[in-house]
Amino acid sequence: MNVSQAFKMAAKSILANKMRSLLTMLGIIIGVAAVIALVGVGQGTTKQVTDQVESLGTNLLTVSITGRGSKTTLDYKEAEDITSTEDIEFAAPYNQQNATVKNGSESTSVSVVGSTADYLDVKDYSVAEGRFVAQIDLDYYQKIAVLGSTTATDLFGTEDAVGKTFLINGVRYKVVGVLATKGSSLTGSNDEIVIIPITTSERLFKSKGVKSINVQVADADKMDTVMTELETALSKKFRGDTNSYRVFNQQDLLDSFSSISDTLSLALGGVAAISLLVGGIGIMNIMLVSVTERTREIGIRKAIGAKKKDILTQFLIEAIALSGLGGVLGVGIGLGTAQLLQKFADMTVVVSIPIMGLAFGFSVFIGVVFGLFPANKASSLRPIEALRFE
Amino acid sequence: MESLQEPLIRIETLSKLYKMGGETVHALNDISLCVDHGDFIAIIGPSGSGKSTLMNVIGCLDAPSSGKYWLDGEEVSRLRESRLAEIRNRKIGFIFQGFNLLNKLSALENVELPLIYRGVPAKQRKEQAIEALAKVGLEERLRHKPSELSGGQQQRVAIARALAGNPPILLADEPTGALDTRTGAEVMQLMKDLNGQGHTIVLITHDIAISQQARRVVRIQDGQISEEGGERRERQSSLQNGG
Repeated sequence: MNVSQAFKMAAKSILANKMRSLLTMLGIIIGVAAVIALVGVGQGTTKQVTDQVESLGTNLLTVSITGRGSKTTLDYKEAEDITSTEDIEFAAPYNQQNATVKNGSESTSVSVVGSTADYLDVKDYSVAEGRFVAQIDLDYYQKIAVLGSTTATDLFGTEDAVGKTFLINGVRYKVVGVLATKGSSLTGSNDEIVIIPITTSERLFKSKGVKSINVQVADADKMDTVMTELETALSKKFRGDTNSYRVFNQQDLLDSFSSISDTLSLALGGVAAISLLVGGIGIMNIMLVSVTERTREIGIRKAIGAKKKDILTQFLIEAIALSGLGGVLGVGIGLGTAQLLQKFADMTVVVSIPIMGLAFGFSVFIGVVFGLFPANKASSLRPIEALRFE
Repeated sequence: MESLQEPLIRIETLSKLYKMGGETVHALNDISLCVDHGDFIAIIGPSGSGKSTLMNVIGCLDAPSSGKYWLDGEEVSRLRESRLAEIRNRKIGFIFQGFNLLNKLSALENVELPLIYRGVPAKQRKEQAIEALAKVGLEERLRHKPSELSGGQQQRVAIARALAGNPPILLADEPTGALDTRTGAEVMQLMKDLNGQGHTIVLITHDIAISQQARRVVRIQDGQISEEGGERRERQSSLQNGG
């Protein structure tokens, strides 16, 4: 008896007991569907986080200056000196405070960023109207501002904001440009922002010095070199006071997020894999019952010439067919669930072909493992006793 | 009727012992028996006489405790299980009292079953199965399930299944036991016809009337057999009837 014949027999036997077959497969169906949907959710979360971090810009280093006081402040000129090496493409020293901005009766609280012209490039903004902050604004302590798209609408509605004036903490500023919409990232909305020259902001908030520098490195391979250079320069500047500055690599952030979400995926996958295992035990149970029930059938088959091997193949293939079919249905339901989650629960779900293959393969494997015991039991029945069984 | 060629079945001093609760039961005790090609032999005995054990041994479903058994020229009493399965498949066509058809399969599929285990390719298998069903007059009922057939038809499907592989021996265990008198007679007629076509038949029964339709009658009692006294007369009369 060949394998295709055994598959035909298995199909017949499964179709003859549709309800029972379905219930037998239920464990595997749920298991496979759970693996696909849950791992999909896990990977979707990872992707979402990664995308957001990457939307901050690529090859980014962030220097934050935590020290205050005469010895450990860094003004923007010094910051630019430190960062003017050829491996650094753009560097934008900035400080950031929340402030109330007001235009007539319209008022809102936004983050006010004092920075230089490079901020536009480092943060990957683009100017929709007017112009961005320029070096000359810094030199002359100009009271000009560039608005984020949301802030512009908040303050001026649909009117053209460029050329108009508004108040930041009671001081009048002139709008010279409006940024294009960028959307939100991990750090919140990118469009609720007011950007002013860093020199002006030092005066406005009465706070001397740069709080952070965003550095964009020209080449991803140079990240570590640039990081070391920056650390050396800062250490020299602050006379070895390493507590008053820190240099972050954006990749570190990304890596720690990935490792969190990888663990999440693994845990979800593990739970689902356990349910697959339980599903396999369900198949074994039903197959064992089925062997007892079909003792007479086995006896007849053996009497007319089925060998031990034939019966073993028949029952094993039946178990594999059951679990495989369950696997296929599970893949379908898992994909459907992923789609539904994406549509109605507003989650990013990434279904990957390897995970689908793995879940299906595992379900078939479970069919083999848990089918062996019942199949062996069936094939070891002695024909006379099996024939006598009522 | 004495043939020079090797008999189809040759059993020599064969015994079968069972241990039951510490007591040894001789289900078969030093039995010797020969069945020639083309024979129609009835083995008759009351229940508990050992006739089921004898049928199991002849049918290669059970191994004897001692003695020798040649089936179609091959010593089979000491063969392994898988080899026995092959011999059952090739040499013996079983006809059971309870038909023993698979209820989920159609008549055709039931008849095909022994051929599947023999590894006959699908097309040839189907031809052979249809041919066997035609022999028992059921070529119109190929797609019917056993539950859609009458008892007599079911037994004829079972006979077709036994015939399909064209085995040298048909081994029938109370083939009329589950049938009423009239269909039983039809089945017996079919068996006689098959014997007339050259099939060797071993029939096991407890019914004297049935056994007398065979050419040879062997009586079994307490595990020992004796050839019936009127055996020669039976043989001659059946020859006359058959002729």
